[in-house]
Amino acid sequence: MLSAFSPEAWARVWAFRDTFLLGLWTTVSTAVLAILLAFSLGLLFGLFSTGKIRLLRVIARVYVEIIQNTPIVLQLCFMYYALVYAKRSIGIAAAGILALGIYHGAYMAEVIRAGIEAIPKGQFEAAQSQGFSYIQQMGYIILPQSVKVILPPMVNQVVNLIKNTSCLYIIGGADLISQTYSFVTGASTGGAYGPAYIVCGVMFFCVCFPLSRLAGRWEERLKVRDRRAVAAVSSGPIPRRVIRRGQKP
Amino acid sequence: MIRLEHVNKFFGELHVLKDVNLTVAEGEKLVIIGPSGSGKSTTVRCMNFLEEPTSGKVFINGTELTARNKTRVVRENLSMVFQSFNLYPHMSVLRNLTLAPTKLHGKSKAQAEELAYHYLDVVGLRDKAHVYPTTLSGGQQQRIAIARALCAETKIILFDEPTSALDPETIQEVLDVMIRLADEKITMVVVTHEMGFARQVADRVVFMDGGQIIEEGTPEHFFTHPENERVQQFLGKILRN
Ligand SMILES: Nc1ncnc2c1ncn2[C@@H]1O[C@H](COP(=O)(O)OP(=O)(O)OP(=O)(O)O)[C@@H](O)[C@H]1O
Ligand SMILES: [Mg+2]
Repeated sequence: MLSAFSPEAWARVWAFRDTFLLGLWTTVSTAVLAILLAFSLGLLFGLFSTGKIRLLRVIARVYVEIIQNTPIVLQLCFMYYALVYAKRSIGIAAAGILALGIYHGAYMAEVIRAGIEAIPKGQFEAAQSQGFSYIQQMGYIILPQSVKVILPPMVNQVVNLIKNTSCLYIIGGADLISQTYSFVTGASTGGAYGPAYIVCGVMFFCVCFPLSRLAGRWEERLKVRDRRAVAAVSSGPIPRRVIRRGQKP
Repeated sequence: MIRLEHVNKFFGELHVLKDVNLTVAEGEKLVIIGPSGSGKSTTVRCMNFLEEPTSGKVFINGTELTARNKTRVVRENLSMVFQSFNLYPHMSVLRNLTLAPTKLHGKSKAQAEELAYHYLDVVGLRDKAHVYPTTLSGGQQQRIAIARALCAETKIILFDEPTSALDPETIQEVLDVMIRLADEKITMVVVTHEMGFARQVADRVVFMDGGQIIEEGTPEHFFTHPENERVQQFLGKILRN
């Protein structure tokens, strides 16, 4: 067994750099596809849960509650093994994308719901009174205003999703964590625990940190913009209705 | 043009509109007055199905409004001006005015902008085309909201207390715009506490109390010898202030 931080250990990690890069690639590509799925589900179920059709609201609620109140590892195993035993296996990568997408889709649905609900009722009414359909209201008027509410927690979900690719380990995925783990435990490669996990961590960090920063920046900018808008609005007071004597005609 | 037939509206247990029957003729300027909570807003909001009546019928131009056809019927026939303006804050004034014409009424961008500038002139705010609504005063925002309603070129415009959120100094600038509109053929239904406006513009005044229309007539009738005691009390209070 190599001592954790010996030069030989680092050399061994370097020699197997392709393993790590492959892991990174798997993680990133899985994450990107899962994010697209999660976002689509989030938008769909977010719209369901704020819409007028009761059945769709119930469906959205059930989806969100089931997914948020069971572990992702369980969902992943279910997605993979249940399908394997049903002789309908879709492969590790696809199962991973599906499970991660569905899991984070539930959280994104809640983010989008909160974003829509943050918009004043008057905006919906104005849009409706002009004759915009529900979808048009959302697309032109509501969602563009929700972006600032939705964005920060959305990026949070994206970062979490990237980190959660590590769950693919449980079904034998080829993601970064799985690759790292089989590297350190492998017969021919084993032992370089310290450097391997550090490299793995640095790779995750290099992907996630810029995303978090970007979101933080954006949030800050929106806050500044809002302060300006609020200042502009509050310069014109909006008093409670005053019943006044009518002007003489 | 607008006809409410036996309209009832419940909010839960609360019976807010009680068998309201009302017809508004083409080009008519109807003013609805009455104490707070009497159902004025609900009546107007039933006309464009922002509230669906619990029972009864609403006809617009001969067509019965239903949950199914409301988007189309409203788009083609009605516009609304709200107490709280409800301009779209993420769009410039110009975009606020051109959104519905381009997306709903099949106008090209150039046509819609021409229309928008025309109505900006009507409300006297051409120079504000490129600013964002939140940078405007309340009175200016409401004039933009009126211009937005005009851009749809519908025959009916509903106003729900358009000046109630404004400070006293800016109320008149909005009323002036509305008085000018009243010369057009547009059918106007206006909920307001501005009795001067009612007197000057209304063809007919409707007084609501407790979810019912309890008196209606010409402005002269109303302001000189109203019959109902509630109306006398209300007008006495409002005009004494
Ligand atoms: N969405 C709602 N849910 C429950 N109750 C409502 C709702 N909208 C209105 N109401 C109630 O219905 C009654 C009539 O309301 P409405 O807004 O039509 O009155 P109004 O005459 O416009 O009053 P105001 O002068 O205060 O605007 C009130 O008692 C009000 O509290
Ligand atoms: Mg009202």
